[in-house]
Amino acid sequence: MAVDTKKCVGCADCVVACQTENNVPHGFCRDWIVENVKGTYPSLDMKFQSERCNQCENAPCVRCCPTGASHIVEGGIVLVTHDDCIGCGACVEACPYDARYIHPQGYVDKCTFCIQRVDKGQNPACVDVCPTYCLHFGDLDDPNSDVSKALKNRSWYVLAPEAGTEPQLYYLR
Amino acid sequence: MKEELMVSGKHIAEIYPVLHLWHWEISLYLFLGGLAGGILFFAAYFFIIGKEKEMSTTVKWATFIAPLALMIGLSSLLYDLHHKLYFWRLFTTVRFTSPMSWGAWTLLIIFPLSIIWVASFMKDMFPNWNWKWKYLNQFESFVIKYRLPFAWILMFLSIILAVYTGILLSAFNARPLWNVSILGPLFLVSGFSTGLATSMWLSKNDAERRILSRIDIFFILTELFLIIHLFMGFMAGTAVKLEAFRLFMGGSFTISFWIFVVLLGLIFPVTLEILELNGYHVPKWVPPLLILFGGLMFRFVMVDAGQITRFLY
Repeated sequence: MAVDTKKCVGCADCVVACQTENNVPHGFCRDWIVENVKGTYPSLDMKFQSERCNQCENAPCVRCCPTGASHIVEGGIVLVTHDDCIGCGACVEACPYDARYIHPQGYVDKCTFCIQRVDKGQNPACVDVCPTYCLHFGDLDDPNSDVSKALKNRSWYVLAPEAGTEPQLYYLR
Repeated sequence: MKEELMVSGKHIAEIYPVLHLWHWEISLYLFLGGLAGGILFFAAYFFIIGKEKEMSTTVKWATFIAPLALMIGLSSLLYDLHHKLYFWRLFTTVRFTSPMSWGAWTLLIIFPLSIIWVASFMKDMFPNWNWKWKYLNQFESFVIKYRLPFAWILMFLSIILAVYTGILLSAFNARPLWNVSILGPLFLVSGFSTGLATSMWLSKNDAERRILSRIDIFFILTELFLIIHLFMGFMAGTAVKLEAFRLFMGGSFTISFWIFVVLLGLIFPVTLEILELNGYHVPKWVPPLLILFGGLMFRFVMVDAGQITRFLY
């Protein structure tokens, strides 16, 4: 997934869509907006970033999971099998992006890129509702996918590349 | 002017603005795991070198504490799990990349072994002891016969147990304070020192206490040496390590670490132990109590402070 920080207005529609689609319990979120303001008044620079699980290729949450509940499925999405999860919190501690939380029912929960929709060929809920079309989704191995095209034409960055996690959530600048 | 304001919409109480998911249960367990590892290591060690008679408290009596400590520690770990009824999933797989996985397997073996170790000495400690059941008596004679290889296994596993309490934390790359390779040896040395302190406290034999005290002095000095190394590493580190460093140098953990852990938990007791060895009278419970207190504080400080540190982006 790629997030266009030049188009994002921070409306949090993606957050609401995610909570509705995935029945995220009250007080938790799988995606969120970070607002960053730099400079001295009146010359201020504001940037919005829609953040979520980075679906890392070298995922520390998967590495440290003692039961194998956290795993990477074909296509690169990192998932948690609820019935294998003991709720020890190791993956929550291991995530440099703090993208995981403990669901009130005890297991660990996180962004799944709405795998239930992706399996049907649809986009994740956040992508489909974004009013500014700032979220690009697709298969990075397919050069014609929306995300590949977005990354080809723009300069981008990822969050905390120094963590060595090889994050797969790109931010267009 | 280089001002920057960041507002995040991530309103999850345990995670934002600082992660605070692991509480006293983990700190207590890390302390008790190291303590049990220390007690069992020295029990097995002195048995192997044939000092069973001279060091009877270390080899026999003090090992009562080990299964007890493990039991309390394991209970607090279980209490900390959020999906408690699924805890058995730990034992359906072995995952070498996860210290928690091989730590759980180590515990599964060392916990019953520690009980068997104590049980095999019951008749030594209580002459009238009777197992009342034929199979238990047979099993006891089996253990007594093979006590030496048993002690070697116990010694090996106790090192893994004590090191694991540190490696558990150091495996988390996302928490810069923990992600240092020296944490394993540091927790090992600290755990062994608390184990020695326990045996020392329980021992009524002056000669035994002097031997334990000498070893303990070596361990505490090593621990101080490793702590200095730890902080030299942070000082020469990247931005995230420097942030960890600042938590202890003027930050919110300055007093709890330098006063309670280093001064009261290490420097003060080691000074008392040296004085005691040189003939000064020191109440025998004071150095062990301080060492145990320092060890416990150390785990609380590391678990709490580590969760505050994170990657900056």
